[in-house]
Amino acid sequence: MPAADTIPSSDQRSRTDARHDAWFRGLLKFCALLVLAALLGAALSTLWGGREVLFKDGFHFLASDAWNPVSDDYGALAPIFGTLVTSLIALVLAVPVSFGIALFLTEIAPTWLRGPVATAIELLASIPSIIYGMWGLFVFVPFMASIEPMLSDTLGKLPLVGKLFEGPPLGLGLLTAGIVLAVMILPFICSVMREVFQTVPVRLKESSYALGSTTWEVVWDIVLPYTRSAVIGGIFLGLGRALGETMAVTFVLGNAYSITSSLLMPGTSISSSIANEFNEAVGTHRSALIALGFLLFVVTFVVLLIARLMLRRLARKEGH
Amino acid sequence: MFRLGALAVFVAAALGAVSAQATDITGAGSSFVYPVISKWSASYAEKTGNRVNYQSIGSGGGIAQIKAGTVDFGASDMPLDEATLAKFGLGQFPDVIGGIVPAFNVTGVAPGKLVLDGKTLAGIFLGTIAKWNDPAIAGLNPGLKLPDAKITVVHRSDGSGTSFNFTNYLSKVDATWKAKVGEGTAVNWPAGIGGKGNEGVSAYIRQIPNSIGYVEYAYALKNHIGYARMKNAAGKVVEPKTASFQAAAATADWAHAKNFNLLMTDAPGADAWPITATSWVIMYKQPKNAANSKVSFDFFKWAYENGQEQARSLDYVPLPASLVSQIESYWKTEFKQ
Amino acid sequence: MSSSVYLRRRIVNVIALTLSGLATLLGLVFLAWILWVTLKNGFGAIGPRLFTKITAYADQGGLSNAIVGSLIMDLMALLICAPIGVLAGTFLAEYANRTRLGATIRFLNDILLSAPSIVLGLFVYVIVVLPMSKLTHGAVSFSGFAGAIALALIGLPVIVRTTDEMLQLVPGTLREATLSLGIPQWKSTVQVLMRAATSGIVTGVLLALARLAGETAPLLFTAFGNNFMTVHPLDKMESLPVAIYQYTNDPSPDLHAIAWAGALLITLFVLALSLLTRLLFTRHKVRYD
Repeated sequence: MPAADTIPSSDQRSRTDARHDAWFRGLLKFCALLVLAALLGAALSTLWGGREVLFKDGFHFLASDAWNPVSDDYGALAPIFGTLVTSLIALVLAVPVSFGIALFLTEIAPTWLRGPVATAIELLASIPSIIYGMWGLFVFVPFMASIEPMLSDTLGKLPLVGKLFEGPPLGLGLLTAGIVLAVMILPFICSVMREVFQTVPVRLKESSYALGSTTWEVVWDIVLPYTRSAVIGGIFLGLGRALGETMAVTFVLGNAYSITSSLLMPGTSISSSIANEFNEAVGTHRSALIALGFLLFVVTFVVLLIARLMLRRLARKEGH
Repeated sequence: MFRLGALAVFVAAALGAVSAQATDITGAGSSFVYPVISKWSASYAEKTGNRVNYQSIGSGGGIAQIKAGTVDFGASDMPLDEATLAKFGLGQFPDVIGGIVPAFNVTGVAPGKLVLDGKTLAGIFLGTIAKWNDPAIAGLNPGLKLPDAKITVVHRSDGSGTSFNFTNYLSKVDATWKAKVGEGTAVNWPAGIGGKGNEGVSAYIRQIPNSIGYVEYAYALKNHIGYARMKNAAGKVVEPKTASFQAAAATADWAHAKNFNLLMTDAPGADAWPITATSWVIMYKQPKNAANSKVSFDFFKWAYENGQEQARSLDYVPLPASLVSQIESYWKTEFKQ
Repeated sequence: MSSSVYLRRRIVNVIALTLSGLATLLGLVFLAWILWVTLKNGFGAIGPRLFTKITAYADQGGLSNAIVGSLIMDLMALLICAPIGVLAGTFLAEYANRTRLGATIRFLNDILLSAPSIVLGLFVYVIVVLPMSKLTHGAVSFSGFAGAIALALIGLPVIVRTTDEMLQLVPGTLREATLSLGIPQWKSTVQVLMRAATSGIVTGVLLALARLAGETAPLLFTAFGNNFMTVHPLDKMESLPVAIYQYTNDPSPDLHAIAWAGALLITLFVLALSLLTRLLFTRHKVRYD
């Protein structure tokens, strides 16, 4: 093959390839920047819409737990508290359960069972949130009301954690909202976990089995570390939904602007406050609700930042 | 590729035919009147071919949208004041009447047996009357066996015209309520838990023993929720029903209310139900789209004349004839038609 | 000694596996419970009128206009957010994995995930609905198109997140192998890597669909709702979640039944779409061995 003939043409080809590569890269970058623009646009529009309340009296909005639409005195402490507590309960419950389901679906269940069960779990994600709310209101709240006396009698008697389970057994409140949220975010976390567990190279798992590992040890020591970053991504996906969920929470949270030590007491959350009051709000009240929307961006930012820093420390400890 | 092509065709088709049918008009606002307006709209469309698309996005939303000019009429449970109307060149008039009832769930007390008055109701919602056998309640209900149980108050968690009229009533009859809480679509509730919508409040009342709340009359009736009777401004105990709502509307002083800015709570009539409410249709006096505005007026005129039966079937009360004629002369003098 | 260690390991294993089975059971119980309640409450309303009557007729009405509106807006939303989301996710995984820009976008995408949907709806109201209204002198204000954009904003971060994760799990050896063959990077990305991650990317798109199909709040101020039938994307458009929301607020118990039936429809719609897509995309599943 005469080299003189091929070199220019391959040169040309690599030039076209390089150009296509640049275009492709440009297209991808543009799309990624759209995500950036969407978030910044949404966040800035809430900042603008809420400016009247956010910057009034310095940090009053951030430091006060008052919420009085009649005298136009607003503070965001109670909604922030409710958002964090319900999301935390939801994560604490949903992560282990999702992990269990993903484990069952990838390692234990017979093959014929995997598809149907996985689809069933994903169906949980497609139930509209207003239905979670109605189910919560008509069915789950009475159910919780029937078991809460038991919780108060057992867990409520314990030192330290006892305070969390005091109060009248109304069935609604932070704990109920947290559980409903857990069910809602479960399919998101679970689908991602299942999907990534399947990507672990079979030879990795099989070498471990060959060394005599049990199924649990393979999952805990091989599968989980291999997929850790994606699993955490899935958890963030769930956390994101929990922090921003409105309709379902609104129906079961009790909607009281108060900060309590008991999980059985009613509370409120940022997104349910917005969903509750936005439609009828005018003037400063509307501005206060939009300011709450901005605060949710800030709260999410802080929560994610803390999560990131903790992960980085963990990674450093493990010597990565 | 196929997707992109389809999208392009789609977008092109969409841009090709921008204008919607000229006879489609749009309204938005109060959820209180949503059932009756949508019922009217269906019949009106059959009669005239004109389609009135009304969406209950809330009174606040309705006011915001009419100000932004994105809808042909707004509907609000709270009347706009003189200054706002003048500033935006708007006018307002009432459309239909409904009632709000205190609903309760007390062991051993049958629905309809409990009697309350405004001060007692305010005391309960303030939390100062905390038990069912409180002398204030017992005094109004001689012979009724009231339990020695704590009262759980249930209020609306979402901003609503129902809450506005309810708190407006409590503010009128009780100075402490007025000073401590006041009136609004959402207020700083001194006691109790919040349920979303009529369905949220009534579900909590059913589930929680010894609870009390308030819901729209139509909702209580259709869903068989026990409601209380009230002692009205004239000192008479009245039952919530069409006649007592109508009595409230008829005895309210509409003739002296500029732009119909008047709330019917605590009406003076002997048979008046004390928590009677209406909502207001809000429109531009100089409409940007004259054709749509004309259809809007035609729709409400049709509703006043032909929609009464439908309103009654949904447990609303049609406006009294005197008020309708007052509205129609208001249209002539205030609006450019 | 060694047998006791072995016994302990086996016991731990059995406990863990049992718990994972129980977790699955718990998930299924909640699903069955919610579906049962939905079915029980909506049963009375299930019938042909759901598909033939419009919402305007209230007590005698159905959901046909809402079904059509939801189909149009959900698909439009997917057509907007799936390509953008997949491409953006690809950028993060393949081109910006360890760059500052990549980290920033990834972080902001996670925040977008939790943005309350009503806020995103308001944002679209400000950037789409109001300008359209100004531009057309009120002829076009709220529209199915604006609704679809709001829904797309809700689905977008879900797709970005999953695409990114799934691509990162494709082994680096596959990348190196294709690049060493002299294939340009875009070709390697599209034809090899994205193909290897198809199943995961499809899962992401379906999760996005599941999430956006049930949203009410962002549609109120964008698509608005319409009691009458319309297929025009620039018209005000009804959707199932908005219809459900209106019906549950209504005093009439008959309408509550229609609301529950509507919820069942959304769930079945997402189920059908997810089964169909799985059938189409996951026939050739790639294993990385």
